[in-house]
Parts: sequence; C-alpha cells; structure tokens
Amino acid sequence: MARAVSSRRKAINTAVAWAIGLLIFFPILWTILTSFKTEAQAIADPPIFLGFDWTLENYRIVQERSNYMRFLWNSVIIAGFSTILGVIIAVPAAWSMAFVPSRRTKDILLWMLSTKMLPAVGVLYPIYLICIELGVLDNRVALVVIIMLINLPIIVWMLYTYFREIPGEILEAARMDGASLRNEILYVLTPMAVPGIASTVLLNFILAWNEAFWTLNLTAVNAAPLTAFIASYSSPEGLFFAKLSAASTMAIAPILILGWFSQKQLVRGLTFGAVK
Amino acid sequence: MTTTQRLLGTVAGIGLASGMAATAMAQDTTITIATVNNGDMVRMQGYTDQFTEETGIGVEWVTLEENVLRQRVTTDITTGGGQFDIMTIGMYEAPIWAANDWLVPLDDLSDDYNAEDILPAMRAGLSYDGTLYAAPFYGESSMIMYRTDLMEEAGLEMPEEPTWQFIREAAAAMTDRDADINGICLRGKAGWGEGGAFIMTMANSFGARPVNEDWEPQLDSEAWNETLTFFTEMMAESGPAGYATNGFNENLSLFQQGKCGMWIDATVAASFVTNPEESEVADSVGFALAPSAEGVDKKANWLWAWALAIPAGTEQADAAKQFIEWSTSTDYIELVAENEGWANVPPGARTSLYENENYADVPFADLTLASIDAADPTNPTVDPVPYTGVQFAAIPEWAGMWGQVSQEFSAAYAGQQSVEEALEQGQAIMTDALEAAGY
Repeated sequence: MARAVSSRRKAINTAVAWAIGLLIFFPILWTILTSFKTEAQAIADPPIFLGFDWTLENYRIVQERSNYMRFLWNSVIIAGFSTILGVIIAVPAAWSMAFVPSRRTKDILLWMLSTKMLPAVGVLYPIYLICIELGVLDNRVALVVIIMLINLPIIVWMLYTYFREIPGEILEAARMDGASLRNEILYVLTPMAVPGIASTVLLNFILAWNEAFWTLNLTAVNAAPLTAFIASYSSPEGLFFAKLSAASTMAIAPILILGWFSQKQLVRGLTFGAVK
Repeated sequence: MTTTQRLLGTVAGIGLASGMAATAMAQDTTITIATVNNGDMVRMQGYTDQFTEETGIGVEWVTLEENVLRQRVTTDITTGGGQFDIMTIGMYEAPIWAANDWLVPLDDLSDDYNAEDILPAMRAGLSYDGTLYAAPFYGESSMIMYRTDLMEEAGLEMPEEPTWQFIREAAAAMTDRDADINGICLRGKAGWGEGGAFIMTMANSFGARPVNEDWEPQLDSEAWNETLTFFTEMMAESGPAGYATNGFNENLSLFQQGKCGMWIDATVAASFVTNPEESEVADSVGFALAPSAEGVDKKANWLWAWALAIPAGTEQADAAKQFIEWSTSTDYIELVAENEGWANVPPGARTSLYENENYADVPFADLTLASIDAADPTNPTVDPVPYTGVQFAAIPEWAGMWGQVSQEFSAAYAGQQSVEEALEQGQAIMTDALEAAGY
C-alpha cells in the first residue's frame, strides 16, 4: 500500500526539487543570458540578471568569424559514430560477461574500468605518433575510433549492469527454441534491454560530444568539433566573455535539446532495474 | 540486406568519405595557421581575404586558448606532426625551438619587408645565435596604468620613474574600501605566464635573481624574501580581496569598472582601458614606467611578443613566409590604421610605428616604447644570470618548474602558508628540477 503523503510535504518536496534543479541548471542559464549581453554588461559588478539591453551582436560576430556548421557536423559525426561503434562492440561483450561469466569476468571488468584512471595526457605522445604514422591526424575516423575506445569501458559496464537484470532463463528458452547466438542477442536480448541500451547510447553520445582533450589535441582544421569552436573564443588577454558565452550556447544547444526530448528515456534507462 | 549490415555499411561509407575529404583539402594551396584568441590576432583574421586576393594563397585558422595552443603546437612540433604551416609562438618558445632546429630561419626576408625595422628588443628575444626565427606580430612590455582622478584626490603626482615605496604609499592613499576602490591590482594567479611572470619582474626590480651563474636556485636569498614580503603586505593593505586568483582578465575587469587605483600589467591593456565602449574610466587613465626598488636600476617590466614562426618540415614554407611578410609588415599596420584607427594597430613590433606622427597622438604610444626599451632580455637582473628572458628563463624546464613555484607563491598570497614557507618550497622545487635536468 502506498504511503499517504500530505500536500504540504508534497509542496516542500517539489520546491526542494525545483531549487536543486535550478541550482544545477544555473551556470547554463547564466551562460545563455551572458550571450545576449554586451562585453561590458557581461563583466558588470554587481552582475546584471535580466535588466540589460538584449543583443544578438555576439551571435552575429561568432557566425561571421567561425564556420559553425563545419564544427557541428564534425561533432555529430564523431559523437554519433563513436557511440554506435561502441554499442556494436559492447553488446556482445556485455552479453558474454552477464550470461556466460568466467572466473576472470569481474577482474576484466575492473581492468577495463581502470583504463579510465589513466590521465589522458600520459598517452598523448604515443597516440599522436601513431596518428602521424597512420596519416590520420586531424581525421574524423581516427577520432571516432579513439573516442569509442575511451568510452568503451563505460558502455560495457552500463550494458553489463542492465543485462544482469534480465533473467537468463528467457535466453535459455530462446536457445531451446533453436535461436542462434546472433538471433538470441539481436531478437531476444536487445529488445528487452532497449531502455538500458537507449540510456547508454544517450549518455555516451553526451560524453563523446563533450570530450575536449583528444578532440583539441588531434584536430586542426578538418576534424575539429564544437569543443575546438568553444576553445577558439577563450582568451587570457582580453575580456570576450559575451562572445565566449554565445559560442558556448551554440555548442551546447544541440545536446541540450536532445537531452530535453529524451529525458524520459534517459531517466527510465538509468533507473532500470533499480526496483524489481 | 539487414539493418545491421546497412548500419555497418553507412559507418564505413561515411568514414571513407571523411578520409577522402581530408585528403582532398590537403591538396589545395592553403596554409594552416595556429593562433591565439587575442584582439590583434582576431583582427588579422578579418583581413586574411585581402592576402588571399593578393597572392592566391588560402588561409585556414586554428584559433585556440593560449594554454591549449601552447600544448597543441608543442606536441605537433616535437613529433613532427606537420599540422601547421605557421605557428603563433612567444618569446619563450622561439629561442628554445630554434636551438632544436624546429623552426625555419627567417634570414631571407625580402628587402621590402625591412627586417631591420623590427624593434631591437623584440629582435633579440626572437632570435637564436643572431638569426631571427619568428617575426613579431605585436610586442608588449608592462607598465603602470593609474587613475589620474584618484591620484589627484590623494594629493599625489605620479613620478616619471616611480619607486615601489611610492607605489605602496599611493596605493594606500587611493584605497577606499567603502567605495570598493582598491589602491592597486596585481596578478596573484598561479601560472608561469600569469602571477609567476609578474613576480619575476618584481624580483628583478628588487635586485633578486632566480638562479646564479651556476644555475643554483636563489629563492632563499634576502632579496627574494624582501620582494615577496613587500608584495604580500602591499596587497593586504591595498589590493582587492582574493587577489591570489586574479590574472590579467580579472584585473582588467576590475580596472575598467573603476575598482583599481593602479594596475601594473601588459602594455596592450592600455587600448582596452582607454576605450570608452569598454571602460568606465577611459578618460581618466594615466601611464608610467613600471617601478623599481630604491637604488635598483632594473624596472619591474617584462618583454613579450606574439610572433609568427614556420615549423621546420612544412611543405609550404614559401607560402608561409609570404604570409608572415604580409601580416607583420608596415603595410599591414597602415591597412589596420586606415580601417580602424591608429590606436588599434598591432603595437610594439616596429621602430617605424613609433616614428610615425599619426601614432604619436595615441596616448600610450610613448610609454609603451619606453617600457619595451627598458626591458633587456639579455641582461634582466642586477646580478648576472646564465639565461635570456626577462620574466622567464628561456630553458625548456622553466614553464613546468616556475609554474609549480608560482603555485607555492599563490598559496602564500591566499594566506595558506607564510612567505618563508613558500620560498622554501620554491627553492626545493627548483633544486630538484634543475638537478634532474642536469644544470
């Protein structure tokens, strides 16, 4: 039986939830507001919240100076394909770990995760030299592969967690009905794990979209994504906060919209199996 | 064809297309330039079309934040990545990279370019073994920018060559905590190019030196203790709250909003603080040479240039050289002056600019030149040192080592440790780093 919650308590909970939500969202909101200010208003002290002359000048300047669509397209390609490729590799890997574990499965999982503990700069030179040797510096394919490899441990871990919640008996039944391994994964396991796979895809797309170390260090002109677009507006010798905010808003807008529309899917996937 | 096969096919197709597109672009006569997002550099990007029209050479820009740029171009040049045909580098990198044969010497620039016109201090800082390796796009030193109205209210007059003692007294007199006015704003932010650069120049003007002729660290000297003690006491009396995390941009913001009586920083800031569109105090800013301690003839001003260099190994060295000649020429300066006024031309690179009577009307022109002339990268300290550079020593280890030392200093500014402890830590860091590097 559900516990009765008083309307006063409900109101308090709602207010607290909104307060936390706004607190988390505030830096993004402030960036968006700053993008509509002049440079002088952007640094005003005390800060101006809404009472300023709204201007689109910063967006005009950013559009004029940078080829936004090229950066955006590169971000879409790199984030999209690294996620898809990662999931294609991670689904069978997570399946084997969840349903046919060996003595070393847990060790392997931990080892995979431990690769995330290595500071990226520690392998910058080896990766850079490999890219030179293969002729793939400033190349989207190289970045797709590298970003996929960076995020692969997280994809495998997330899918492994979701798969563990699925009763193995269902897969056994499919096998007894004559399903091949491929069909078992594609037509039995995957449809049941769709919420988990969807949230994994979304989360990894966001991670790949925001990845800044490799995308800045391995690109120049052809493969530079939106992280490079933002970096081009940061200046240590000059106050260009309004322009930087406009560039940042343009860079985060697509992923913000995607996250907004897919939030139900994301929450459902992240809480999948939390309550049996 | 199944969905999976279609998906894989698409992945492979787009991947192949991406690779082919990259190859196709590389075949064009286009040079790629890595640069910083500073005002003058951004302005230059706006005029690039004219260069392309004149020469038929296309230009691709990779603009990055200074620290990212430094890491990016260093990785590329040390591995021979060949991603850039021109790199924007500073006075720190130029002699080190030239010594490693990583840069193309600029010893065959055309007669029209008139390389002799480059300011001697800039030329010296961007050369190695007497050969120029990077052409200065703009140069800077540091100087005092002060509020003439507040100075007058305090009943003081800024001397032409002020001492630190005068600056401290003037700062105290100008400070009005109730009105949110700090007598002096200085860099305290950790980083060899931020607070680390400033404190080096201040130490020079107190007669201190980071190392002796044998590369032995000298942070345990009396002069260093005096420098850091003076700095922390003055900032506690008259500096803004939280100055330990203030760098160029933070102080620029404070000064432009009328919250600083004095600010000692880059000469390029003069055009920002006197611009009425950006600065609330534009019409009441005066300039003076950086100070020195009583009886010391070295001033607390640095020397820096953002310069264009060609990495060795580029296949487009000729096109790159053409661009460098165009963008650092007197013709380019006149182009900017014609379109945006003389106050917006790249300063500090050419002697002829300071002989131009049109530029003489710019209020900070004379002081900028005097500040640049006052800095001597080959003889930066009172006692001799074995390196070149004013606010840095041009050795590869400096950035990492002095970055760590400046973190210790910033911790002292923030009150997390004493001046003595910071200097002791700094001495240990330098001893380890210099010994490990074999100095």
